[in-house]
Amino acid sequence: MSRAGQARAPIRPSAAPQPETAPTYTEFHPRWYRPPISTYWWLGKSAYVKFILRELSSVAVAWAVALLLVQIRAISSGGDAYTRFLHRMSSPWMIAINIFAFAFLMLHSITWFNLAPKAMAVRIRGIRVPGLLISGPQYAAWIAISAIIFAVVLTR
Amino acid sequence: MVNKETEPIFWTLFSAGGVVAALFLPAQLFLFGIAVPLGWVHVPTHAGMLALLQSPITRIYLLVVCSLPLFHFAHRFRYTLYDGLQIKHLNEMVFAGCYGVAVVGTLLAAYLVVTV
Amino acid sequence: MNTPMIEMQVARYSPERDSQPYLQRFEVPVKPEWVILDALNYIKDKLDGTLTFRWSCRMGICGSCGYMVNNEPKLGCATFLSQYLPGPIKIEPLRNFPVVRDLVVEISDFLEKLKRVRPWLIHENGNGAGEYLQTPSQLEEFRQHSMCINCLLCYAACPISGLDPVFIGPAALALAQRYNKDSRDEGAEERMAILSHPEGIWGCTFVGECTKVCPKHVDPAGAIQQYKLAAAMEGMKQFLMPWGHRQEER
Repeated sequence: MSRAGQARAPIRPSAAPQPETAPTYTEFHPRWYRPPISTYWWLGKSAYVKFILRELSSVAVAWAVALLLVQIRAISSGGDAYTRFLHRMSSPWMIAINIFAFAFLMLHSITWFNLAPKAMAVRIRGIRVPGLLISGPQYAAWIAISAIIFAVVLTR
Repeated sequence: MVNKETEPIFWTLFSAGGVVAALFLPAQLFLFGIAVPLGWVHVPTHAGMLALLQSPITRIYLLVVCSLPLFHFAHRFRYTLYDGLQIKHLNEMVFAGCYGVAVVGTLLAAYLVVTV
Repeated sequence: MNTPMIEMQVARYSPERDSQPYLQRFEVPVKPEWVILDALNYIKDKLDGTLTFRWSCRMGICGSCGYMVNNEPKLGCATFLSQYLPGPIKIEPLRNFPVVRDLVVEISDFLEKLKRVRPWLIHENGNGAGEYLQTPSQLEEFRQHSMCINCLLCYAACPISGLDPVFIGPAALALAQRYNKDSRDEGAEERMAILSHPEGIWGCTFVGECTKVCPKHVDPAGAIQQYKLAAAMEGMKQFLMPWGHRQEER
């Protein structure tokens, strides 16, 4: 639907702007050029690539949970099922996928702790607490929790 | 489904899941996905793991660690699909798919930890 | 003295003539004190008088001279030419806005969104009646977010602003938060009703580029996440205790 020719149409304060890329005619500005956005916009800038990788780390999160569910089921189904589970986990493909997923989980943890101070403006006596004091304890908790998980599992 | 009333709840679940995933999942995956299969550490025995699994604290821990991160995944993946692939018109389907995974995963986790 | 020259590739678009923009090349001298805006004025004065671009104050306060400089949103008056040697420099209109002509973009959509977030002090008992005292630490709460000059670099950097035309966007949301945090303001609830929507704060996925490109260090990304946190707490309160909410409303 071209609105070409309606040079006197009023400017619409575009509460819901038209996504169309074809130039439209409006008062004062006869034809606007609306640059189209590529489906691959996230490759356009290194910061966008980092952003999309950060968001895709959520797939690794889901993968880790799925493995955990399989593991719980294997353990509760008995010794044979547990051995089969361990065997499946040690196939080269599985290890490769898990190393890949682990890298994404690390990306998630690090970006999450680093961004937390931005989302929380903590003020003590009117002075904003520096970001390091917010992300620092989270890193400490991360290390402590990881150590506890290792200790609990590896003493079994 | 995505509106003023629900979005704060989904975002809260997303945030809580993000914290839980960041704190617990790397160690969890590293142990059983990399360290044990590669023989870096000794293999935990079945009896030991079963005993661990039967403790109430472990059950609650596992339910939390399975459920919340799935809601984190659902929220993030939903927005990644919208923006990355520009498929906002498939809104409802993407929403149902992502949160479907989270709800089914949570129910499964609940079933598994109860029936250990 | 030999002044080095640099190649400028400037986007041209004439609504009468062109179906889409193209780049035009110019050779411009690089004087050490020159900024991008000086180079554009040099082109307009000496090389091609038809080049159209917005500018006004030349000192980073009017917010008119935002352009894409080598694909990064920059203020023309605050970006030195010499840092781009040996060139070339590509100058394009700000991304995510319709182009009116050459480097001039159409911003009425932003102005409408800005109005919608009520960026002014909202007071129950009428504004202007008496004094409203504020301590320096209360001022500090929102001062950072109040530095915005509406240059729209953040909209050009924000992929969501381009992908989702109804998204209210970084500057307007940061400005809403600036008033929410103002001790003299009572409009937080009113604004929350407008902004706690998928096209308001929830549309933001925290790419964080708005904060990186902001020439005034307003930190829209931080402001929006803090807003989300506040809205989530409010939302959870209503969700968990729907009966308690009525009494709280004044």
